[in-house]
Amino acid sequence: MAEEKQITKKLSIIAFSGDFDKLTAVFTLATGAAATGYEVNLFFTFWGLDAIKIKQGRSPVGKGFLPKVFGIFMGGLKSAPVSRLNFAGISPKIFRYLMRKNNVAVLEELVDAAKQLGINFYACEMAMHILGLQKSDFIPEIKDVLGVATFLQLSEGGQTLFI
Amino acid sequence: MANIDNTYAAKSSSGDLGVYYLDITKEHCPMTFVKTKIELNKLQKGDILNVRLTEGEPLENVPKSAKEQGFNVLSVKETDTKGIYNIEIEK
Repeated sequence: MAEEKQITKKLSIIAFSGDFDKLTAVFTLATGAAATGYEVNLFFTFWGLDAIKIKQGRSPVGKGFLPKVFGIFMGGLKSAPVSRLNFAGISPKIFRYLMRKNNVAVLEELVDAAKQLGINFYACEMAMHILGLQKSDFIPEIKDVLGVATFLQLSEGGQTLFI
Repeated sequence: MANIDNTYAAKSSSGDLGVYYLDITKEHCPMTFVKTKIELNKLQKGDILNVRLTEGEPLENVPKSAKEQGFNVLSVKETDTKGIYNIEIEK
């Protein structure tokens, strides 16, 4: 009975945003769901790709001049801005401080937990193409590079969120 | 409740199983049950994980999610410190 229930427990999240607060929401939901027996699929696209780059700071990742410039501006997980009141990057630092002080897991810890829980990480083929990114620019946990059709197949029968 | 007590009695007499401890009293959602799950993943079947947690959200959700995933919750007991509980989960 318990096993039957687990099969239908599935959460798929389209991680579109590269914002610190929204990514925190993505990884909080993802790890919480995985820890309670859900199969979890994370589909990173556009700004969300910042979360899965090997280089977590600002660096010229991507093929070609424009993607490299974009790469510097976009940065990675460590340079993710907050969606409101960013104050040129001061707010994420304050958030990290407050979260540590209050013993709430910061983004990096949640990402680490997501890896340990065996959450499925996928990258969007189309967004990677625009930004000149390759699978090798991402953390090795990226299981595959996908398009819409495959994502729909993977998420079928479960819940899907767009963050 | 009687069922849980019986399982606990049967296991504690076998003696040769690994017993592990995890303190999540300082954690918040979702790390309370995330850390519990990660720890349970590392254990062998039959090992016992003692989780120290606070009342409220962790006390409600950690045993519930463990049960839902087919683990045995052997006991839930309040410790000497008020509001802090110890639960035993068998993998």
